[in-house]
Amino acid sequence: MAQLLFGYFAGMIAVTAILVVALRNPVYSALSLLVMFFHVAGLFITLHAEFLAAVQIIVYAGAILVLYLFVVMILNVRQDDRYHSQWRLAGFVCIPLLIETIMLLSAGGKSMNSGDRPRQSEPLDALATDNTRAIGETLFSTYLFPFEVASLVLLVAMIGAIVLAKRDIGGSETKPLTQPAGAE
Amino acid sequence: MTEFGLRLAISLTQIAAVMGIVVVTVLILTLAERKVLGWMQDRMGPMEVGPYGILQPFADAIKLFFKEDIVPAGANKLLFTAAPILCLIPAFIGFAVIPWGPSWTINVNGVIVKPFVISDINIGILYILAFASLGAYGIILGGWASNSKYSLLGGLRSAAQIISYELNVGLSIVGVLILTGSLSLVKITDAQEGWFWDWFLFKMPAPQILAFVVYVISSVAETNRVPFDLPEAESELVAGFFTEYSGLRFAFFFLAEYANMVLVSCVAAALFLGGWHGPYPGTLMELVGLGSWSWIESTMWFAVKTYFFLFLFFWLRATLPRLRYDQLMRFGWKVLLPIALGNIVVTALAVFFFGT
Repeated sequence: MAQLLFGYFAGMIAVTAILVVALRNPVYSALSLLVMFFHVAGLFITLHAEFLAAVQIIVYAGAILVLYLFVVMILNVRQDDRYHSQWRLAGFVCIPLLIETIMLLSAGGKSMNSGDRPRQSEPLDALATDNTRAIGETLFSTYLFPFEVASLVLLVAMIGAIVLAKRDIGGSETKPLTQPAGAE
Repeated sequence: MTEFGLRLAISLTQIAAVMGIVVVTVLILTLAERKVLGWMQDRMGPMEVGPYGILQPFADAIKLFFKEDIVPAGANKLLFTAAPILCLIPAFIGFAVIPWGPSWTINVNGVIVKPFVISDINIGILYILAFASLGAYGIILGGWASNSKYSLLGGLRSAAQIISYELNVGLSIVGVLILTGSLSLVKITDAQEGWFWDWFLFKMPAPQILAFVVYVISSVAETNRVPFDLPEAESELVAGFFTEYSGLRFAFFFLAEYANMVLVSCVAAALFLGGWHGPYPGTLMELVGLGSWSWIESTMWFAVKTYFFLFLFFWLRATLPRLRYDQLMRFGWKVLLPIALGNIVVTALAVFFFGT
C-alpha cells in the first residue's frame, strides 16, 4: 500500500513538474504546479509529517503560487513567444547538471553504503510524539543557529524588496490600484 | 476488510450528516440574511413564497437550477467550469475537523468512533487554514477564465485581499495555540472547559480579546463580505469575479461563500468561545440526570455561538459601507498585522511567566 501510494505521488510529481515547463499557456503551467504541490504534500502525509504537509499547502499553494498567477494574469504573457523553444540554452544548462548527477550517483552510492554517516543529532521519534512538537523542538534546539540565519536572510530579502519597490518619499502619493499585497 | 468497511461506512455517514447540516444551514442563511436585512432596513423581506416567505430558498434553488447555463464567448471553457468547483470544495472540506459536540468515543463492533467530529487530526486548525487559502484559486481562475475585464479585476482584488487577510487569520490564532499547546481543534475546545471566563476569549493569563477582534475582522475580509466585498463590488465591477456566471455555476459560488461564512463562524466559536461548552461547567442535562442526552445541550451551545457570528455578518452588512481598496490594504497590513504580532508576543510572555 505504501509503495503504491509512493509510486502514485512520485509519478504525479514528475509528470506535473514536466508539464509546468512544457505547457504553452502559463496559467495551465501554474495550475500543474498547484497539482504538484498537492502531491508533495501527499508524500509528506505518507511519511507521517502532517505538519509539513499543511505548511507546504499554506505557504506554497496558498500564498506563493497565487502571487505567480496574479503576475501571469496581469502580464497576459499568452502572446509572448520569446521564451519558447530555447533548446540550445536548455541543453547548455541541463547537460552539466546531468553529468554532475551521474557523477554524484556513481561516486556517492559507494560511500553511502560503506559506512553510516555520523548522525548530527539525536532524532526525536517523530511518530511517537506529536509531529508538530517534534519539528519545533528539533528546530529550536539542534538547528537553532541555521534556523536563525535563515530567518535573518529572509528578513534581509524582505527589507530589500521593500527598498526596491519603494518610490521616493514625497513622490507620487497614489499607488496603482492593483498593487498586490506581496509587493510591499 | 470488514473492519475497513465498517470504518468507511461510519465515516461516510458522518460526512453525509455534516454535509446535510451545512447545506441546510446555508439554505436557512440565504433566507435569514434577506429577512434580517429587511427588518434592519424597516422592510418585510421576502414574503411571497410560503407563509412569511419561508419557502423562498427553495424557490431560489429551483430558479437557479433551471436557468440557462451561459459560457461567454472567448472564455476558457475548462477553467470556467472548474472554478466554481475549486471554490466549493475548500469551503466544504474544512468541516471535517470541526468538533460539533462532546469528545465522546463510542465503540461500534471494535471500531472506536468519535461521533461529533469526522476526523480528529492533530493539525486540525492548520488543515482548515490550508484549504481556506485554496479558495482564492476558484475566485481568481473564475475571474480570469470569464474573459471579462470586470471579472478579472474582481478576481485579482480578491486574491490580494485573501492573501493579506489570511495572514492575519493565521497570526491571530497563534495565541490560542500557545495557550493550548496543540493544533487539534478537539484539544483546543477541551482546554476551555469550565465557566465562561475559561474560554480563550477571557482566559487568564492572556485573554485573547484583541486576537478575537483581529480574527473576526480578518475572517469577514477573507469571506469577501461587506464591508470588505471589493471583489464583487456591485457599483464598480457589476458582480466581480462571477459577473459572467449564471445558473448552477453561479449557485456554486454562492454556496461556497455561505459555506465559508459557516466555516469561519464555527472556527471562531471553537477557538475563542469554548466551542460546544456552555458558559457554565458541565451541562444542565447531567444535573437532572439525563447525562446521555447532554450532547444535545452541547451541540445547541455550539449552534448558538455559530449563529451569533452569522448574525454578526448580516449586521455588518446592514451597517457599514464598503472600504476603498487602499484603505483595505492599509488596514490589513498596518493595523491588524501589528496587533496580531503584538498579541503573540504578549501571550508568549504571559504564558512563560504566569503559565501553569
